[in-house]
Amino acid sequence: MIPESLICLYTISRRETTRIFRIWVQTLVPPVITMTLYFIVFGSFIGSQLSGIKGFEYMAFIAPGLIMMSIITNSYTNTVSSFFSTKFQKNIEEMLVSPTPNWVIVLGFVSGGVIRGLSVGLLVSLVSLIFIRLPLHSFVYTALFAFLTSFVFSLAGMINGIFAQKFDDISIIPTFVITPLTYLGGVFYSISLLPDFWQMISKANPIIYMIDGFRFGFLGIADMRVTTGLGMLLIFAVVLFSINLYLLKKGTGIRT
Amino acid sequence: MDALSIKALKKRYGSGLEALKGITLDVKEGEFFGLLGPNGAGKTTTIGIITSLVTKTEGTIRVFGIDIDEDFSAAKRLIGVVPQEFNFSIFEKVEDIVCQQAGYYGIGRDQAQASCEKYLRQLGLWEKRRTTARELSGGMKRRLMIARGLVHEPELLILDEPTAGVDVELRRGMWDFLEKLNQKGRTIILTTHYLEEAEQLCSRIAIIADGRIIENSTKRELLKKLDRETFVFDVKANNLQIAPLEQVSFTPLDDTTLEVTITKGRSLNLVFEHLGRQGIEVDSLRNKTNRLEEIFMGMVE
Ligand SMILES: Nc1ncnc2c1ncn2[C@@H]1O[C@H](COP(=O)(O)OP(=O)(O)OP(=O)(O)O)[C@@H](O)[C@H]1O
Ligand SMILES: [Mg+2]
Repeated sequence: MIPESLICLYTISRRETTRIFRIWVQTLVPPVITMTLYFIVFGSFIGSQLSGIKGFEYMAFIAPGLIMMSIITNSYTNTVSSFFSTKFQKNIEEMLVSPTPNWVIVLGFVSGGVIRGLSVGLLVSLVSLIFIRLPLHSFVYTALFAFLTSFVFSLAGMINGIFAQKFDDISIIPTFVITPLTYLGGVFYSISLLPDFWQMISKANPIIYMIDGFRFGFLGIADMRVTTGLGMLLIFAVVLFSINLYLLKKGTGIRT
Repeated sequence: MDALSIKALKKRYGSGLEALKGITLDVKEGEFFGLLGPNGAGKTTTIGIITSLVTKTEGTIRVFGIDIDEDFSAAKRLIGVVPQEFNFSIFEKVEDIVCQQAGYYGIGRDQAQASCEKYLRQLGLWEKRRTTARELSGGMKRRLMIARGLVHEPELLILDEPTAGVDVELRRGMWDFLEKLNQKGRTIILTTHYLEEAEQLCSRIAIIADGRIIENSTKRELLKKLDRETFVFDVKANNLQIAPLEQVSFTPLDDTTLEVTITKGRSLNLVFEHLGRQGIEVDSLRNKTNRLEEIFMGMVE
């Protein structure tokens, strides 16, 4: 006998996955195009003029950052838009009237974010191989950072989806918080090249640890201690998961 | 055992509006129960609380003896709901919507598909199983929601205006379907604005108005209360000052119309003779309202 909660989880997960592949033109194609452009412009055109960083070609240095950037955005966008539209069309009620536990609802939506984040991450990695030869220093670290980051940002997107009341509300955080933090999160440079003051400021940006750790997985070089990044991701995961559970229990945005 | 037992249920919405002002209601197992009332009376709010979409302010609810405050999941397994408004994703396929719902109740894939097929066939939607919900007609969407509400074989089925916007033929088909379900032992609670529907289907009827239950009895008792009938007469007369007549009351509406209420069993001939003696000629007459509707209006006013 399969436990009921597992069937519920599988059902939500399957529904989320179907959605991603049903609207693949919106979910999978744009990030690949954007990233291809990044590789062409920053990698080939500009990158060829720049000296490498820490012994790697500039292009190879930024590739993990670019891949991570698409994992972050796509995981977040997936849960926030899927949860919001489920709320908007009111089919969230299908789950609410059923005995599906709240933790399963959270994990179900988050699994969608992770599947989208990692699928895009994989596609973008494949695209990067057209432009560069990317070493793989440690598969375990690469996979761990990719998965945990995707998990954390899916959880964050879900919280955004719970609070969102109109379509505008789903793009505020990505535009004003996530994109700036990612750009300043060491995608294009090593923070060791910054003046001390800016290095200190940068270290307050959690995304920098994720990109740094992910890059370590590929290149074997890191600005920070990789375990710090992992620890941080785990803490974020636990905290954000608890917030989601709390909000669903309270019924914020879904029960009147 | 009571399929549903509601005690002193109150709901105050965030806006401060008190939608339910203390509702007490029991529905027996196997009953076909009608919940009637004007727009905004609190029917959907009550159903929302039973199905966890609305949080209650006060009161208790038991579903087959299970207190929802103690074990809502167990209670939910026994309930199937067909909401008033469409609440499925219009981008999903009919069979996916129904099978998914089974999945949310923890039902495995094979059993879910079997149950989905059974109800889609019974509701005449099997041919449409691969259609996206957005391409269904209004009546088909209603039936889709009925199939979805039944896929986990609930003991108690709650339908919130299931026949709104459904044509006469289809409505009769749905009535047959629901009657059969009820005969097989399912308890059904139905809200409707079609009194004919309540009269046809429900063995027991409660009337809710402004957040309060103002009537709760068997259909038979309710109909018995209706021992009077009201007619509207179009008349020719100089003067509508009418002498009193036993067990009949006359209310002039204007110079040429007269409302006449008679105790059942009194002959209309008597009324015509009485009016004729006073020089009032009846041109035509019509029945003002019919049956439940009449009781209903009398109570709500
Ligand atoms: N989410 C809400 N927030 C605030 N007030 C609400 C909300 N939902 C319903 N109400 C109010 O509660 C009252 C009862 O509404 P409800 O939907 O339960 O009525 P109803 O009996 O189902 O009416 P109808 O026959 O029109 O469907 C109404 O005054 C309505 O305006
Ligand atoms: Mg209603």
